[in-house]
Amino acid sequence: MAKLPVTLTVNGDGYDLLIEPRKTLLAVLRDTIGLTGTKEGCSTGDCGACTVIVDGRAVTSCMVLGVTAADKAIMTIEGLAADGELHPVQQAFIDTGGYQCGFCTPGFIMASKALLDENPARTEEEFRHALGGNICRCTGYTKILEAVMQAAEEIRTTA
Amino acid sequence: MRSFEFFEPTTLAEASRLFAQEHAQLLAGGTDLVIGMKALTETPQSVISLQKIAGLAGITTDADGGVSIGVMTRVRDVELSEEIRNGYTALAEGAAEIGSIQIRNLATLGGNIAHASPAADTVAALLALDAQVDIASADGERSVPIHALFTGPGQTILTAGEIMTRFRLPSPASGSHYIKHKIREVMDLAFIGVAAAVDMDNGTITGARIGLAAVAPTPIRATEAEELLAGKSLTDAILAEAGEAAAAACSPISDLRCSAEHRREMVDVLTRRTVREAVARAHA
Repeated sequence: MAKLPVTLTVNGDGYDLLIEPRKTLLAVLRDTIGLTGTKEGCSTGDCGACTVIVDGRAVTSCMVLGVTAADKAIMTIEGLAADGELHPVQQAFIDTGGYQCGFCTPGFIMASKALLDENPARTEEEFRHALGGNICRCTGYTKILEAVMQAAEEIRTTA
Repeated sequence: MRSFEFFEPTTLAEASRLFAQEHAQLLAGGTDLVIGMKALTETPQSVISLQKIAGLAGITTDADGGVSIGVMTRVRDVELSEEIRNGYTALAEGAAEIGSIQIRNLATLGGNIAHASPAADTVAALLALDAQVDIASADGERSVPIHALFTGPGQTILTAGEIMTRFRLPSPASGSHYIKHKIREVMDLAFIGVAAAVDMDNGTITGARIGLAAVAPTPIRATEAEELLAGKSLTDAILAEAGEAAAAACSPISDLRCSAEHRREMVDVLTRRTVREAVARAHA
């Protein structure tokens, strides 16, 4: 089918695009717009590497058709730092070494960011459960959870 | 993914007209359809998004004391709704069992049911809570109880152009509970799912409904077990009878997840467990 004109708002910037309806939001972000921070892992919604935040909610962008994301506020890992300052959850992943190969990191950070926005007062067990849709193939979960708990504390104390 | 024509109608009538065409598929949350299209198990020529049709999402209180849940309501919103958690606990528990938070932020209650998987996580609870399904088409509206919706794996009674619009739940039962038998904490499919809802009066079970998932070609009600429980007070003996009757009602398969024998045995166990918990919640 012919491409459709769609305006996407990504990290506050508007993009007037012509996209094929069969392109996922993930493919549009990476291949059409060129924001390659969001990663493609399993492409079936199981691994969480492609997590972005749409209208405040973490979603797996591999399951979303790009044409259905018009008129929504899309945030990717590239939009998280503000005024040259890393978001507390980004800084926490660096401080704790919450990454090994780094491929799952953008997905973990975006999923964590949405959870922290919703409620930073979760227990470690609750964060562990809530992050069950993100997989780290290096199995670096201990440091990832340390990072999330550090970011949660930082956000709670500065709020 | 094959190419398709994409439609985003703003009225149900237009969506119904488009959906009545051959090789058309409805798009709700996309968590089943988009993955199916990538795998080429779904090759629609047209895809009709329901997201621009007003009034299909949301949870509202009905005049009769029940609630209506629009088909486009995200399962994460069902899971977190105070009204559902308090009055229809089994459904909140079922919704919380689907995939991950990222998936539940996309997936809709309507999609979970329309996909007609015998293992859907919300279906056992909707059966136990006696949900009524409202269906619209160009010919008008009709309404069916959810136990009459399914005809086989992936199959429903819906005819060309018919679109489910909402689930109506009657006023809350005294207590309800859902248990998913699974291996992983999250991101797992149910070996089996069992939901129970009970109405209680002074320590007597005045009515019970039991929904079973993943133990037959369609989700089913364990009606013999329900009848055994009605009019009784909760004892180990009556629970054992109900568990056996529920196990007898199912016709599970053996697959890579577990054997038919295990499924049948666990229906017995989990029926007893869900009914006991539903009764406990009624007293709480």
